[in-house]
Amino acid sequence: MQKTSILNIQSLIPDRQTFTRSFRIAAWLGWQIESNWTDPFLFAVYSIAKPLAGAAILVVMYSIITNGAFESPIFPYIYLGNAFYMYVGGVMTGISWAVIDDREHYKTLKYMYVAPIHMPTYLLGRGVARFIVSSISVLITILFGVAFLHVKIDLAAVNWGLFFVSLLIGVLMLAMMGLMLAGITLLIAQHVWFIGDITAGALYLFSGAIFPLDVLPRFLRPVGFFMPITYWLELLRRSLVGSVAQAFPTLSGFSNAQLMGILLALTTVFAVLAAVIFFWCEHRARERGMIDMVTNY
Amino acid sequence: MQFAIHTENLGRIYKIRGGKKSDPKELEALRGINLEIAPGELFGLLGPNGAGKTTLIKVLTTLLAPSSGQASVSGFDVIKHPQKVRARINMVSGGESSGYGLLTVRENLWMFSQFYGIPTKEANRRIKHLLDVVGLGDRLNTKSSDLSTGLRQKMNIVRGFMTAPEVLFLDEPTLGLDVGASRDVRGFIRQWIDEDHTRTLLLTTHYMVEADELCDRVAIINEGRVLACDRPATLKRRLQQDAIFKMELSPLNGLSVDSFEGLPGVRKAIHVPKDGSAELDLILEKDDALGGVVNMMTSNDVHILNLQKREPTLEDVFVDLVGRSMEEVEAGES
Repeated sequence: MQKTSILNIQSLIPDRQTFTRSFRIAAWLGWQIESNWTDPFLFAVYSIAKPLAGAAILVVMYSIITNGAFESPIFPYIYLGNAFYMYVGGVMTGISWAVIDDREHYKTLKYMYVAPIHMPTYLLGRGVARFIVSSISVLITILFGVAFLHVKIDLAAVNWGLFFVSLLIGVLMLAMMGLMLAGITLLIAQHVWFIGDITAGALYLFSGAIFPLDVLPRFLRPVGFFMPITYWLELLRRSLVGSVAQAFPTLSGFSNAQLMGILLALTTVFAVLAAVIFFWCEHRARERGMIDMVTNY
Repeated sequence: MQFAIHTENLGRIYKIRGGKKSDPKELEALRGINLEIAPGELFGLLGPNGAGKTTLIKVLTTLLAPSSGQASVSGFDVIKHPQKVRARINMVSGGESSGYGLLTVRENLWMFSQFYGIPTKEANRRIKHLLDVVGLGDRLNTKSSDLSTGLRQKMNIVRGFMTAPEVLFLDEPTLGLDVGASRDVRGFIRQWIDEDHTRTLLLTTHYMVEADELCDRVAIINEGRVLACDRPATLKRRLQQDAIFKMELSPLNGLSVDSFEGLPGVRKAIHVPKDGSAELDLILEKDDALGGVVNMMTSNDVHILNLQKREPTLEDVFVDLVGRSMEEVEAGES
């Protein structure tokens, strides 16, 4: 095989015009696909009923185990962690799924690759629609919790600055993880289309979404501490229900600024990893002739 | 001179995984391809399925890395400068239903125009014009999922031409189209290249007539090798001194192609069995050799139903180069 450079500056950093058109049009396309429900009822089921049903299962389980201890600080911890975790599956899958969708279903991936666009930017753009749908689901789930399930959020006490900055950095971090999966997806067949959901499901246990990391066996805790999602969820909880979130020992020793610093550092690490993994996988896909591979056998 | 497309000893090997216990096999799809295509040329790659045509297009459009050699398009190396190549090219593959079915024809095309940085007003003008040319003007607002495969292919052809690329790659553009649509597409291709002499078009096909009718030059490719490359007329002239006959016969009664080829003056014989009859194409060194062929048929009680002397075609050139017809090559692979 010809020796080629995996990472050249051209493929890493697009010029402004290429970035803008890749992202803008991909976001438009993603929204056309995501919102193209012929039946609005189905769309409502997907974006409202499904997340609420997921939350309801968790609440019922919690209620049985704790004998209805909704006043305990663990409840908002679990409920909010679970609600915001919807972004993990939504954003990561939204980006990685675009590879399979374009390659296998619409058979357009090769035309995207032939076009003068920046492929990582295109894929990030494709994830925007899932981010919007996830945001609707998260908002509805939280409102439902506040209205009917004793989740107490004092709007006057919410640290809105911390909330929005954390949310933004977290979504960027999830997008980078989605890009990693997109790269891996280039090298695999379509019957593992659920790689995004698998990854999100696996990380669910290790990121403090529904229980503090202290609950995990000691040897598994480092996984959680290396995951930026852990710090992101903690920051979101603290910004919304500060005192409750700090009631658990795992991260209580860290100030908000320290947590933000760790989140930023890990996001940077994951961004670099995502770039290296994506371009390496793309390079391998080009070597092995997998860019336009159709595997729906 | 800067070539629109230039390849030097281009090779590509696919590693094909075997079963769990068997070692991976290697398939040499391209073997030392050397091509020099000038700007303004409509260049054809002619060969049977599996000859390496699509692999070559994939390498030239930066979708596939070559295993050896070099390739450049519009003066840019496809490996070192893929972004610069992509800004100057476009590609259409025939025989597939690509596109976003939930978008209308206009939306599909507009979206791709935006990826190429074409302003919306200009994009809409080009879309309207090109759709009219291919006879899809009344389907502008039809969802592409509602189009037949042939109409989708026409939409894709518009997608390729719409961006006015310096070099356009058409991989079997008329595959799956009906006769009328194929004729329209061929007419448009020729018109497009004649309108602007800076445009270059590389077309792959396994339709001899298409290559003969359209292309300025043709490379005949088989098993990853370019066997001949020249103007269609020049290629056919190689066989000008030969006598080419097409015969329709009663069943051959056990006579084989080898028995004809063993006769003096018979260079090639191709037998196409048909229901209740047979077709035999003969390339003879001279007309005189026909006597021996007829004698053999008569002595085996084979009747000549029709006999026609004809001009050489690219199919004859292919047979002369490969020793088998394109159909036979494809049947041998399948």
